[in-house]
Amino acid sequence: MQYALLAYGRSDTLRAATAPIDDTTAAVLARPYVTGWVRLHADESATTLRKSEGKTLLTDGPFIDSKEYLAGLIIIEADDLDGALAVAHELQDVRSGGALEVRPVIEGMFRGA
Amino acid sequence: MALDAVFRDHWGRVLAVLVGVLGDIELAEEAAAEAFAIAAERWPRDGEPPNPIGWLVTTARNRAIDQIRRRQVLAAKAKLLARDLEVLPEAAMHDSATATIPDERLELIFMCCHPALALDAQVALTLRTLGGLSTEEIALAYLVPFDTMSKRLTRAKHKIRDAGIPFALPPEHQLQERLAAVLAVVYLIFNEGWGGGRIDLAAEAIRLGRALANLMPGESEVLALLALMLLGDARRAARVREGQVVPLDDQDRSLWNERQIAEGRHFLQTAKTREHVGPYVAQAMIAELHLHQPRDWPQIAALYETLVRQTGSPIVEMNRAIAIAEIHGPEAGLALLDALELDHYRYFHSTYAELLRRAGRHDDAQHAYQRALDLAQTDPERRFLRDRLGELNPRD
Repeated sequence: MQYALLAYGRSDTLRAATAPIDDTTAAVLARPYVTGWVRLHADESATTLRKSEGKTLLTDGPFIDSKEYLAGLIIIEADDLDGALAVAHELQDVRSGGALEVRPVIEGMFRGA
Repeated sequence: MALDAVFRDHWGRVLAVLVGVLGDIELAEEAAAEAFAIAAERWPRDGEPPNPIGWLVTTARNRAIDQIRRRQVLAAKAKLLARDLEVLPEAAMHDSATATIPDERLELIFMCCHPALALDAQVALTLRTLGGLSTEEIALAYLVPFDTMSKRLTRAKHKIRDAGIPFALPPEHQLQERLAAVLAVVYLIFNEGWGGGRIDLAAEAIRLGRALANLMPGESEVLALLALMLLGDARRAARVREGQVVPLDDQDRSLWNERQIAEGRHFLQTAKTREHVGPYVAQAMIAELHLHQPRDWPQIAALYETLVRQTGSPIVEMNRAIAIAEIHGPEAGLALLDALELDHYRYFHSTYAELLRRAGRHDDAQHAYQRALDLAQTDPERRFLRDRLGELNPRD
């Protein structure tokens, strides 16, 4: 199965979020079961599209406004949830804070990035 | 669907095998329910087959194949699954008395008590799958509407399927932690059993405890939990008299279930011969010490101290305070209670009140009894507390 690890960080630790990835994290991301990952800019950079009365409206900012923001997305391959949780534990241990949400992937495609 | 006890013992076994084969708990449950319904109709008429579990698994498996074939939308996947099903061990296909069906109930309970599921969902799923209770019975036991319970179960089953919660034993390095979660669910069910609902949850928890003890006879904590439940439940008939809770010292000992006490002591003895004293071993030892007259309070206090170190629980510390009060007097116990933050725990206030009463601080005791009464959840508790209040305040 594939799982997406959604990495959440706090908006007030923004500087840490844009700093280069440290070596320990990079080592985990280089493992064969990590099949893709992206880092995201903070909430302020977000633009949200939504449909309202047949028209698509643009708003500045994230869809869900909170102190935490979605900072990255890591796609991994694991046999089952226990396997995915083991990878998530490893990653969370080397992160400076925030939270990781583990979601099973229905389907997907990653190219370039 | 009401199943008798024998039927319900088969339910967990049959369901576990089907979940293992089908990889889908919902489909497995539907197929098992159909097979049991057929059995309920045929067995009384034609007699029980020589291998009832084999018969049930085979029948359910055939139903599942039919069900999968009917799901045209998932045609491709269904073909794959139906093929997998045909390799189900030969043994399961025949009704022969010698065929052995693997017992995969442990895999099932570890799946149902996976920490990725909400605790109330773990409890409900365990009662449904291992315990064989119907959704309606579980709803009744927990005093929630049928729809709420049904949704809770469905949601949990979907999470198991979609998130890929494994039908497997946890790896060795996680076994103790995951086993603790399983035991916590069983003990939670047992403690709900004291609430006096219409379904005998204490008996259900003991059945689950027995099944676990059979499946993991080498785990001292498993045996100790069963001992703890048996020793507690043995005093059931003596615990309430004329609708009022009876404290241990005032209980009519002739009402205690001696057979169950002997059984509990036997399991405790086996559990104690193993390596270290885990939290359930300590609790079962305390429960056993409470059966003696007079009680060995220093040893009880020492075991509670071990438990406080292991669990860090303020409720355990409260129980230690009760033992300390017996040894060194009520003021010593009160001093320990004052350090605890258990304002929302009803037994904290009744314990506090009792020690205040013994210390002769009647005004404070009244206040604490009143607070306990406000938080009380059952009528026997309320009657007991009102009685105590009345004794303190004879004018009422």
